[in-house]
Amino acid sequence: MHSLAWQRRSQRMVIHLLLILGSGAMLFPFLWMISTSLKGPDEILSDSLDLIPSSLHWQNYPQAWNAQPFGRYFLNTIFVASVTVACQLFFSSLAAYAFAFFRFPFKSFIFIALLGTMMIPQQALLVPDYVILARLHWLDTYLALIVPWTASVYSVFFFRQFFMTLPKDLFDAAVVDGCSYVGFYFRILMPLSKPPLLTLGIFSFLGSWNAFIWPLIVTNSTHLRVLQVGLAYFLSEAGTEWGLLMAASTFSIVPLVIAYFFVQKKFVQSQAMTGLKE
Amino acid sequence: MIATGTSRVVRRDKFNLFAYWFLLPTLLIITAFHVIPIFYSFALAFFNWDLLTSARFVGLRNFVLLFHDPLFWKSIVNTLYFTAVSVPANMILALVVAMLLNNRIKGIDAYRVIYFIPVITSINAVSIVWKLIYHPNMGLLNKMLETAQIPGQRWLLDPQWAMLAIIVMSVWKHLGYNVIIFLTGLKNISPHLYEAAMVDGASRWHRFRHITWPMLSPVTFFVLIMSIIGSFQVFAQIYMMTPGGGPMNSTTTIVFYLYKVGFGDFHFGYAAAIAFELFIMIFLLTLLQKLVVEKRVHYQ
Repeated sequence: MHSLAWQRRSQRMVIHLLLILGSGAMLFPFLWMISTSLKGPDEILSDSLDLIPSSLHWQNYPQAWNAQPFGRYFLNTIFVASVTVACQLFFSSLAAYAFAFFRFPFKSFIFIALLGTMMIPQQALLVPDYVILARLHWLDTYLALIVPWTASVYSVFFFRQFFMTLPKDLFDAAVVDGCSYVGFYFRILMPLSKPPLLTLGIFSFLGSWNAFIWPLIVTNSTHLRVLQVGLAYFLSEAGTEWGLLMAASTFSIVPLVIAYFFVQKKFVQSQAMTGLKE
Repeated sequence: MIATGTSRVVRRDKFNLFAYWFLLPTLLIITAFHVIPIFYSFALAFFNWDLLTSARFVGLRNFVLLFHDPLFWKSIVNTLYFTAVSVPANMILALVVAMLLNNRIKGIDAYRVIYFIPVITSINAVSIVWKLIYHPNMGLLNKMLETAQIPGQRWLLDPQWAMLAIIVMSVWKHLGYNVIIFLTGLKNISPHLYEAAMVDGASRWHRFRHITWPMLSPVTFFVLIMSIIGSFQVFAQIYMMTPGGGPMNSTTTIVFYLYKVGFGDFHFGYAAAIAFELFIMIFLLTLLQKLVVEKRVHYQ
């Protein structure tokens, strides 16, 4: 009995040890990033492996922030991500509402065709999308950054799956009581849909925040740059000023990590859920 | 349905018209930026065009050129190399971590958060960090190797190491995502199966081989296909860490090459032909996944 408990405890110790080692590998690049962001150029060049800088170069942060219009980049990113998410949630839930509660001609054809488009990655369509944006005179505008991403078949599918779990009587009863279709959507359906709204909202916000190749291609002007594109330009321009580059990496990572700590439980669960449901 | 109450039928008819309004925004955008481009892309591949001058029909020439383009083949080989190393490495590590986390231990939530942090951080920011880690003189990696008396390498500047360096970084970045999916899969396996096996005296390895592995196989397959599709599209870390496509093009992947041809040189027709190859590869994989998943559903 005694030895069994001991065996179990030592087993747990080994598990913790391995997990802590892994956690170290996950976190160390970030610790080193923060440490380097506070070092002067001489110390970065030296052989020192110290995580604690010999003198704190806080000025790296304002210098990096001002080297590029990072304030503008942040505002652009937040604006584009917010509008994209809001429109995508609205349009997708509307479409899912139609699929889940209505009967209309070509319903299953349209649904299957939509699902079919998921088979083709956006990256394979970069060239024609670029040409279409050029034709619309949308290149180098916020429209190019936002509009193509306001529709998401994945979100439609996800909302539809959720709506199917709601009792159909809810809809019939509301309509019999004189509730309009639009009224049902706004007053009954949406208040019930907080879980999918939150899950998909976090997803598409993260996707929009981290998008790179699309904004890189469809915008050109500095004042339209989003954070990820700004970082790429900063890297190619500040080339060797690693203290500043690490400062910029730090302040572009931190807001999302803080936000993540607030929603992490929900996020991790929903991520796994959506991952398996596809 | 038609026989029961006329008022209901009339109402259903009214629904029909209304539902299209709800579909309109999504259908419009998907058609404009996803459906039309599919056909457009296919058509473009038969033209020579730089957006400024008028397009010239060249038939199959883009495909013939592509077939004889060493850089195109190199980009395919590089992409397959990236996939063949990063996907198994990621999956094995993720499964190990998920199985470690699937024990009843303290602090599991903290571990989950930690392993997931690289996933949520932007690939561009962490690419900058890893570019410095791999720096020949100032990088953490070479400094650490020197302390251990091991000669450093030129990593991202060395054609032998560049892709491997990017693979290590990519595995680190995406590991947490697969950990979470595997963990969910492990949690769905009934504990009774393990209890029964323990009663029968099955060893740890036997329990893994005969319970965990077969029960987890749908999840494993899902992770495999999703990881392959994801790695076929690798771009941001290549662009950030090796802006020119690597020493001797050693990190030029399909999407990077597509970007270079399309938006560096503005050879739209040629880029469309490259995109077509990428599309075929991913389409076949998705099809395979659908077929296998459907088969499994039928058997159940």
